[in-house]
Amino acid sequence: MSDETKERETGDVDEARRDLLKHMGIASMAGAVALTAGSADAEAAVFQEWFQSHYELMSEEEKQECIERLETRYTEEYGKKTTVSNAPALKDVLFGYALDIQKCIGCRTCVHACVKENNQTRYDPEIQWIKVLKMEKGNFSFSEEKLDKGYPETDRLGNFGIQVGGNAYSPVGVSGETERYYEPEKVPEKDSFYFPVQCQQCEKPPCVKACPVRATFREPNGVVVIDYNWCIGCRMCQLACPYEARRFNWGEPNLPPEDMNPKTHYYGNRPRMMGVMEKCTFCLQRTREGRAPACLEACPVGARKFGNLLDPESDVRKILATKKVFRFKEDLNTYPKFFYFMG
Amino acid sequence: MQKLVSFVIDFWSYAFKGGPKYYSWLLFLSVFILVGLYTTYLQLTEGLILIGATDQITWELYISNFIFTAHVAAAAVLVVIPAYMYKRKDMKDLAVLGEIIALGFVTTGMVLVVYHVGRPDRLWHMIPSLGYFNFPNSMLTFDVVVLTVYMILNLIAAYYLFYKRYVGEPLNKIFYTPLIYVAVAWGPLIHIITAAVLSSNARMHAWSTAVLPFAFLSMAGASGPAVIIIIFLIIRKYTKLQIADSVIDLLSQIILWSLGILMLVFAAEFFTALYPSTEHAASLKYSMFGHNGLNAYVPWFWSIMILIAGSFIALLNPKIRKSYDRFLPAVCAVIFLVILLEKPYFLVFPAFSPSPLGEYTVYYPTFVEVSNVLFCWAYGFLVLTLTLKGAIGILTGEVTYTNRVPVSKEAAYAISP
Repeated sequence: MSDETKERETGDVDEARRDLLKHMGIASMAGAVALTAGSADAEAAVFQEWFQSHYELMSEEEKQECIERLETRYTEEYGKKTTVSNAPALKDVLFGYALDIQKCIGCRTCVHACVKENNQTRYDPEIQWIKVLKMEKGNFSFSEEKLDKGYPETDRLGNFGIQVGGNAYSPVGVSGETERYYEPEKVPEKDSFYFPVQCQQCEKPPCVKACPVRATFREPNGVVVIDYNWCIGCRMCQLACPYEARRFNWGEPNLPPEDMNPKTHYYGNRPRMMGVMEKCTFCLQRTREGRAPACLEACPVGARKFGNLLDPESDVRKILATKKVFRFKEDLNTYPKFFYFMG
Repeated sequence: MQKLVSFVIDFWSYAFKGGPKYYSWLLFLSVFILVGLYTTYLQLTEGLILIGATDQITWELYISNFIFTAHVAAAAVLVVIPAYMYKRKDMKDLAVLGEIIALGFVTTGMVLVVYHVGRPDRLWHMIPSLGYFNFPNSMLTFDVVVLTVYMILNLIAAYYLFYKRYVGEPLNKIFYTPLIYVAVAWGPLIHIITAAVLSSNARMHAWSTAVLPFAFLSMAGASGPAVIIIIFLIIRKYTKLQIADSVIDLLSQIILWSLGILMLVFAAEFFTALYPSTEHAASLKYSMFGHNGLNAYVPWFWSIMILIAGSFIALLNPKIRKSYDRFLPAVCAVIFLVILLEKPYFLVFPAFSPSPLGEYTVYYPTFVEVSNVLFCWAYGFLVLTLTLKGAIGILTGEVTYTNRVPVSKEAAYAISP
């Protein structure tokens, strides 16, 4: 981190970088860049985008140029006036999320609201940032016949010698297997629990550590973001993430202009390109304006709560203080700021 | 300078000279390169969606093959060590062939990594002053450093020796000896770091194990010499370069005991996973027995284990080790293929099941992916063949600067009278 700030302070490093970039073999690289060709202007924009630095390392003018370039390109590509915000992180705010697994009915309204808000690719395939896992509750299969069964079979020690009881391997309660492709006619299904998983915005994110170019990093409000223009698509972050939160654009995203949300943020929901990683940002474009994430607004049962962890009066803080709260996969020491609780 | 130019010309013109068998081998490789160029174009334009990788199994045949090329590249030091550290006379000249093999495989591996990356056009982001190199946090940056340095070390070591041999000057020992020793130490390093790239992921229960570097090094010790034996047997059959039986015997001993250590490493890993049989063993169990009928990797697992043990037992027999024209190359080919196929079908693909959220998946490689892998291999073997051919010309003394002088003398006579 210190290197980064040092570089930002000394302007001449940036200067040198820009000069070097200008002198690099432009022609040889042109082929690779021109692959995502559109009209002449869009092509030029993509070309300039290719030379841009990491957003955090840009000077103020460069940032402004970059934002304008993106706005022009998106407006042209999607045929509607698109804004790309670069609103900075809020002061004295640490975002946190809490989800009531007792209330969740597994309707996936949040999943679809998220896709609508965040400009994910819509088909071949549709990328979804939230996964809802279904778990059977109350399933148990203890049986009387298996009382003296097990391994090893009864020997001279009698029944007291059994190491593995006959009722081992019987799933109990919600500890059984999860399913994420359930398609019932009605939710909630009888005897089912639902467990939505999205980016946990870890305080100690393994994905950030793994990135070879620091394209993904934790911004000051505690949200892990990605500079889509800096990502090289090596997928080390996806490999490191223990929550399967990251989604890769394996092909060119398919985002029909009529479905595109034109209110975007640089680190948030602006349309992505082929070969880069993306994931939940707690709807950065909304939350930096003081609004709630789209998944929270969409939830029909009020299972989702969002707020500032530094504010004792926020919903999340109240929940942390009064409810039975846990973090997902606590043993991995990732310190998520996404909490699950039982209402 | 003139010497350098004539070195380059003589080296590469000798490399392209050969009999019909040599040309048909080059032609055979070119077929894969031509097809591969087209599939590479497809991947660059349409993206990685054309390969079999998914968000569940994000590592594909490219990385699997890369790990294998790192095996062979690292193992090439096993030809250099006997020559320089144990001063074996029979291997003195062959050490440089080891460096060439390391060079060929490490460059193939680096090309494979470029195929793995979703935005190869943005790789400049990794260049320290231009972009941002997340060193020392990201393990991938370590891998980039060690691979690049290893490639450069071998490049210098090999071509410096060729050039000096070509012009007939003695080597500058003060420069050359430390270079060789650093390169020898660097070989295992590239492999240990590659293992660390995998084992640093706590979520990957099958990889997050301390034995992974040992598994990699022992597999390198088996597959590397297997490749080298095959190459050496071909060289001594078809060229004038002498390679003594004692060299082949040493290499087959190395394979034998590397396989022995590998079996111990596997046993240690399987025991530690299976005795407590916690969730950490889930991937291994998936490989061994399948999961609820999803058992695509079960035949792979058992065949790989049986073939590794079988090769070990076969090589215990001195008759097989000494059968230079029949059984030894056959066993070496088996070891090569088993360890190559072990990479995707045991190390990589099943390790992604169960996923962190409990999903079990099977990987289906696509035509584009296989063709691109073949492209990388064909490219690697083409570079290796040509460089080895040129190297043999130098080592046998057919290509030297003095050989070229009579030609210029004739030319001089033609002008002077």
